[in-house]
Amino acid sequence: MTDAVVVHDVVKRFGATKALAGVSFAIHPGELFGFIGPDGAGKTTLFRILTTLLVPDSGNAQVLGEDVVSNLWSLRKRVGYMPGRFSLYPDLSVEENLRFFASVFGTTIAAERNRIAPIYSQLEPFKTRRAGALSGGMKQKLALCCALVHRPEILFLDEPTTGVDAVSRREFWDLLGVLKAGGLTAVVSTPYMDEADRCDRIALIQRGGLLAIDTPETVARSFDHPLMAVRSDNRHDTLIALRAYPHAGTAYPFGASIHFTDRRAEVPAERQQTELRSFLESRGLTNVTVDMTTPTVEDTFMDRMGDPANQESAS
Amino acid sequence: MNSDRTIVAKELTRKFGDFVACDRITFDVGKGEVFGFLGANGAGKTTAIRMLTGLLAPSSGQATVAGFDVYSQSESIKRQIGYMSQRFSLYEDLTVSENIRLYGGIYDLTDRQIRDRTDAMLSRLGFRHAAHDLVRSIPLGWRQKLAFSVALLHDPKIVFLDEPTSGVDPITRRQFWEMIYDAASAGTTVFVTTHYMDEAEYCDRISIMVSGKIGAIGTPSELKRQFGTDSVDDLFVRLARPAANAPPESRPRP
Repeated sequence: MTDAVVVHDVVKRFGATKALAGVSFAIHPGELFGFIGPDGAGKTTLFRILTTLLVPDSGNAQVLGEDVVSNLWSLRKRVGYMPGRFSLYPDLSVEENLRFFASVFGTTIAAERNRIAPIYSQLEPFKTRRAGALSGGMKQKLALCCALVHRPEILFLDEPTTGVDAVSRREFWDLLGVLKAGGLTAVVSTPYMDEADRCDRIALIQRGGLLAIDTPETVARSFDHPLMAVRSDNRHDTLIALRAYPHAGTAYPFGASIHFTDRRAEVPAERQQTELRSFLESRGLTNVTVDMTTPTVEDTFMDRMGDPANQESAS
Repeated sequence: MNSDRTIVAKELTRKFGDFVACDRITFDVGKGEVFGFLGANGAGKTTAIRMLTGLLAPSSGQATVAGFDVYSQSESIKRQIGYMSQRFSLYEDLTVSENIRLYGGIYDLTDRQIRDRTDAMLSRLGFRHAAHDLVRSIPLGWRQKLAFSVALLHDPKIVFLDEPTSGVDPITRRQFWEMIYDAASAGTTVFVTTHYMDEAEYCDRISIMVSGKIGAIGTPSELKRQFGTDSVDDLFVRLARPAANAPPESRPRP
């Protein structure tokens, strides 16, 4: 089966800034594929190239077998795009926005009813409301609906969950799951690392380059040092103590604990663990626990990106 | 008892027409505390923050911030607080040092104070080389760290941070939280909102607003025990779910 997206060595500069520094990857048909990375990583530039809105400086990209530069007109009919910034008409109602997007592509709401039903059913009670007056979560659902109304074969969603609360984010991912089950290929970007697990495969993106491409489990497992979760009665003091530990590798707050690595690769994990506990107790910390823990996608991301202060000082 | 309380709110309420955006909320925040103010979109957080920062008069109830009354002393409150948000923090068309000078001027610092504090701040952040760069040209993570430092320039008693780390890379996000801890251990109260539930765990105490009311308040570990959840994320979903399922259109917007 042909890949839904094939990108080869794409470079895009804006003045002195290299937004994309030669990225290559492929996305399979029917995949829910996530680009995970912070603001400024190059996600939006990449999405704009794949939706034919920007031309790469070099390299090439095919979506659904069509070149994004030479075949842009036929491709535009086949892709759906939900931009990161809310770009519907705030003064039109929910229904008017949807009708407009349908008519641009020569179709109607009624004809596309089945396709958009899972989402539109949630919007329909408010179809006369102005789009600008919707809550954040509802705006996202309307934008998704408008991106789907012309029956695209692939959907690009640029940061659909940014600035949205944790509950609405979960609901949005549930909706994407429904669309995926219907056979749609979806490419999503997000700065929230915990959303990686909702994707079939992910690419970690940072400063215009890809740090890893694989399933979320494989990306998380690729973290190759023993990882410890440290807790005590005082997190801040623990963090300061961990920084002062002579064998400290990395120490990052992680929810209720601090994720820590020991710099000494030659020392077995169990010994790293007991030595660390004794050290923290010797610093007067109470209720210290040091447990081995399973790395997450976010651990891998931080491990691969290194210290951003070092990377960015050159710019 | 109020001398060590930076915020004391009692039955604080704000209505917009028939709609009660903030419904008799009662809580306090101690000096040097990191207080996480959570809630779903539309739960009333912004209304509460606008009242506590002296920007919006309450409909009823009482509150003092840094010892000043939200009704009669809102101008004094504005001088005693720092504020930064994800959406707006610094002027992008000004340089780093121009931004600092502007804020220093707004808060009536002397030229000498501005010069000294600019110097100290940029050294601490390791940004000295970027003093004359336009804010627009510096990476987001740096910008947010800088904006936080600028919000602390006039030594406020309390700083309000509205989604300060949204979109920031995971390492810089954690460095930002270390700055929060540093400010708090120096005695500044930190009042912070976030959509990152792991960050909620970093707070001394959190509250979760649900449909205009405070649905839960306490330390993250107390609340997880109380509601029998493993993480603040699960706790948030448990509590905020009824609010999220109510049609947002039944809640008129201000």
